[in-house]
Amino acid sequence: MFWIQAFVKIALIVGVLVNMAAILLWVERKQSAMMQDRIGPNRAAIVVGSMRIRAAGLVHSIADGIKMIWKEDWEPTGGDKLLYRLAPIIALVPALCLFAVIPFGPTLHVSHLRDLWSPEWATETAGTVIPMRIATLDVGLLYVFAVAGAGVIGAALAGWSSNNKFSLLGGLRASSQMVSYEVAMGLSLVGSFMIYQSVQPTDMVNWQMQHCWGIFVQPLAFILFATSAIAETKRVPFDVPEGESEVVAGYFTEYAGLKFGMFASGELVEVCTSSALLVVVFLGGWQLPFVQNTGLEFHYLGIDVSWHWAHIVVVLVGLLTFIVKVLVLVFLQLQIRWTLPRFRYDQIMMLGWKILLPLALLNVLLTGFGILFINGFPATGAMTP
Amino acid sequence: MTATTKVIRKPQRTMADQSYVIELVKGLGVTLKHFFKGTRQMVTGTTPDLEKHPYADGIATVQYPEEKRPYAQRWRGVHRLTHRDDGSPRCVACLCCSTACPAQCIYIKPAEYAEGDKRRGYERYPEEFVIDELRCIFCGFCVEACPCDAIRMDTGYHMTALDDRASFIYDKAQLMSHVGQDGTQKSANPRHEPGDPTHPGVTRLHGGH
Ligand code: SF4
Ligand code: SF4
Repeated sequence: MFWIQAFVKIALIVGVLVNMAAILLWVERKQSAMMQDRIGPNRAAIVVGSMRIRAAGLVHSIADGIKMIWKEDWEPTGGDKLLYRLAPIIALVPALCLFAVIPFGPTLHVSHLRDLWSPEWATETAGTVIPMRIATLDVGLLYVFAVAGAGVIGAALAGWSSNNKFSLLGGLRASSQMVSYEVAMGLSLVGSFMIYQSVQPTDMVNWQMQHCWGIFVQPLAFILFATSAIAETKRVPFDVPEGESEVVAGYFTEYAGLKFGMFASGELVEVCTSSALLVVVFLGGWQLPFVQNTGLEFHYLGIDVSWHWAHIVVVLVGLLTFIVKVLVLVFLQLQIRWTLPRFRYDQIMMLGWKILLPLALLNVLLTGFGILFINGFPATGAMTP
Repeated sequence: MTATTKVIRKPQRTMADQSYVIELVKGLGVTLKHFFKGTRQMVTGTTPDLEKHPYADGIATVQYPEEKRPYAQRWRGVHRLTHRDDGSPRCVACLCCSTACPAQCIYIKPAEYAEGDKRRGYERYPEEFVIDELRCIFCGFCVEACPCDAIRMDTGYHMTALDDRASFIYDKAQLMSHVGQDGTQKSANPRHEPGDPTHPGVTRLHGGH
């Protein structure tokens, strides 16, 4: 049962993510077009009889996929063939794997599908329980950093094995940028770990459900994490690894066909994943304001509303909330990509090491003081666990 | 003499500018406003009519093969040779246009009308009239030079992309087949045929001087 569950969830998540990449390609094109007073791609059509189905340009994503499959798979001579073929896989797979620990909805208690939520379930272990995440790891979010770190290898290998100066430069830039920002990214979450007292994403969402969204207790960390997450995706404004004006297309200059497609879709999958992370850590995960595990609870301003929902409704509302939150953040990330000009390489390094890193450390310090201030200073000796 | 100097101060960026976050939000505001405006126009189908207001705000794309932005009245397109009422070219083979042409891309082989034709002696006709459209710089001098309004560039066609050079060398038949933007192959200017009372009647062969 456990394995079936896991396989279904993995298939679902990977399927959704890969298709999201295709859809985001369309969203990105259309969104930028609307923003720049253009129409965007709308010519590719599926011809049925005399009808031409254009689906507002969505067919372009299909056409792109077909094109990538049939394109000549050219490989540079003199490069390292094995590494050259491995690199796109190493770049894409970590982006997909990141989602393994991200909870995307409240836990589903199969035996209680028809009932209202009852408090006993919180401790109950009997009956089939489907947690809405693929893996429950003790290391929790630390897993994310470990896997995200592996993405660097893909870019670096691609640059190295292409046997091309520009690719190598792009690969170097990609690795230095990603390594730098991983530091700030990891440290910016430490404050959240301290407040939530856990590295488990599920615990984080539960904490936020009981108290308030993480963005209100950790506003600085939110900005820091969002910035470094965007930097990790290597998209504009942090796209020096593939800066067209200087290094052609950076580390994937020499890639064609589906291999290039893996890099491109890896980027878009990363956008989804980083948005999901932001949602889980800072925006309450699947939680809606005033919606508890039991249903709608509003007890403020003299109004008392207690509207109990069936368990299945709570779960579905949770799933939907999570998806909508992620989509909104993805939209904002794409908007940022089309709003900001590209940073210079030295500016990126300065931002990473001289601004984000100290600020992240400062955030840890402030959070520590804040926790001490609220919980009261422990008596001497109480520090030892 | 003292030089007057003007000290231009470097723009001072405030802390808020420097932090980039506020400016980023402002920038996002601008682009989001445009995004929603554009989306609203697309969804409700209220994109500006670019034929009437070419520089209107909003979506500025012309869906080319289906929609065309009209060319200006005096826009110089591919040449055409205008017709007389009987369908023959108005051109009298005076060679003014080929003389005026800075690119020297017009070749005209003039010919006399046959004995007994009432135009014989009054004017000639072009047996061949060839324009190399690849050499042409679309200056319009030929049109200006023509005394008979026989050559015009008001077709509204721009040169199409063809894949061999020979196709760009337009002969008389091709040039005469082009239609003006007004839909006719003629010219509105009056033409005086030999024998008409308005015709001056001066000829090279029969003139009295
Ligand atoms: S437009 Fe100018 S270059 Fe072209 S044929 Fe006429 S005179 Fe010559
Ligand atoms: S087109 Fe006009 S200018 Fe040219 S030869 Fe004919 S009549 Fe003369």
